[in-house]
Amino acid sequence: MDTSNIINPNMPAIRLEGVRMVRSGQLVLDDFNLEVPAGKVTAIMGPSGSGKTTVLKLITGQLKPDAGRIFIGDIDVCELNRGELNQVRRHIGVLLQNGALLTDMTCFDNVALPLREHTSLPENLIEKVVLLKLQAVGLRGAAEMYPQQLSGGMVRRVATARALAMDPDLMLYDEPFAGLDPISLATVGRLIRQINRVVGITSLVITHDVAEVSKFADFACIMANGRVVGCGIPDQLAADGNEVINQFLKGLPDGPVPFHYPAPDMEQQLLGDGDDE
Amino acid sequence: MNGQAQQQWLVQAVRRLGNASVFLVQALAGMKCTFFHVGETLRQVYYIGVRSLIIIMMSGFFVGLVMTLQTYDTLSRFGAGDSVSTVLGLVLFKELGPVLTAILFAGRAGTAVAAEIGLMRATEQIDALDLMGIDALERIVQPRLLAGIIAVPVLTLVFNFMALLGGVTFAIGMMGVDPITFWGNLQNSVGLWEDFGAGMLKAVAFGVVASWLAVYFGWTAHPTSEGVAKATTHTVIATSISVLLLDFVLSALMM
Repeated sequence: MDTSNIINPNMPAIRLEGVRMVRSGQLVLDDFNLEVPAGKVTAIMGPSGSGKTTVLKLITGQLKPDAGRIFIGDIDVCELNRGELNQVRRHIGVLLQNGALLTDMTCFDNVALPLREHTSLPENLIEKVVLLKLQAVGLRGAAEMYPQQLSGGMVRRVATARALAMDPDLMLYDEPFAGLDPISLATVGRLIRQINRVVGITSLVITHDVAEVSKFADFACIMANGRVVGCGIPDQLAADGNEVINQFLKGLPDGPVPFHYPAPDMEQQLLGDGDDE
Repeated sequence: MNGQAQQQWLVQAVRRLGNASVFLVQALAGMKCTFFHVGETLRQVYYIGVRSLIIIMMSGFFVGLVMTLQTYDTLSRFGAGDSVSTVLGLVLFKELGPVLTAILFAGRAGTAVAAEIGLMRATEQIDALDLMGIDALERIVQPRLLAGIIAVPVLTLVFNFMALLGGVTFAIGMMGVDPITFWGNLQNSVGLWEDFGAGMLKAVAFGVVASWLAVYFGWTAHPTSEGVAKATTHTVIATSISVLLLDFVLSALMM
């Protein structure tokens, strides 16, 4: 399998076709279709529990769908064996929600890890590459620190540098803004945009931060109840008459997406049916 | 437990054993001998072997001390107190040394390994390695597995030495047993291969079992705090029972 360049600029970078996914007996995705354009920043938004992270895990091959097909470029991820999947993953950078840095290594070693594993670069060259990646996220000075000495936002920035270490064709970000202070939040947003512009890679960002999306994303897709309910340029999505999109973007508690998890009638549950007396 | 529940429990246990066996084969099959792997294995030998020395040495000394005390007391009633080193040597080298070392190792290092790998699973560190196209089994499991297999026999030697020291302290130092008689009896009754060698063979087998179960329970831990707690508990229970069972099987085979 040739994986020298997995993204073709003339075709969608990622395609999910009719994906169905059931997890722990619950239908998470049903007839899910999505196309992520190459060379752009695309955001997937949706309420908590709408299956956004499941989509990311399907793209990276961590989960197998119950039905449907998933393509990265023209490679069908579901058809790959373990070795082929590892080959493809070398072209994908993934930023997990909490950064997931290895805690027994310094930031420098964390960023150097994929380079040491997958390349035969001499150590002095690896050192230069790592320092450049850390400089890009503003943490060159923290190279010798351990992850437990850093704040959550800094950990995520180091993890971004690690994800970028192999110069991937595709970057996937899982909730990169969760729990960040306004300065870190704006910095991470700018960083995603810069990486996309400077390196020209395709980026897919999973988030529910409506305010930030329009600042860095070229496209946004909103998903709810296991499907994509709307896709387009972020600023134009608000003009869409779709009730689900409207509810999500305006943060309304009442609408097609229920705020409450299904439960028995509250009055009956709290007051009982009078048998206590 | 009714019949159906017993059946289900048995199926579950056999399935788990099968999974654990496949896991061990996978971990051993992809064994590599690069500069990194040797370095990481030595680092793990330090963490789980060298750092277990204190508990092994203390336990060994006191086990030797109390065993000699009880044996000497019993043998003295028959006027055979001088033969204490015969009993001490045989019981220690063939049985107590390897068994107690493996059980202490499970409590000190096995739990640490299971908790470490379980926490790596819970904090997505193993997922991160997978997503970078790095074989987490090769990177995380193999060095710890090998380190355990190396550490347990060496710790057994240390345990035996310290227990013998405890025996000498009590028998020669406190009870006044003649040193020449003590060492002479020990030398005459303990065979290098059939007793000492058999014990060391057991130690290697226990090392495989103890480190295998530790990495397996850590690897399969649910990514929650409760899951990690269960993994450490299961490591101690499963290792202790497996070691005692295996000790009986190996002893019977070596008769």
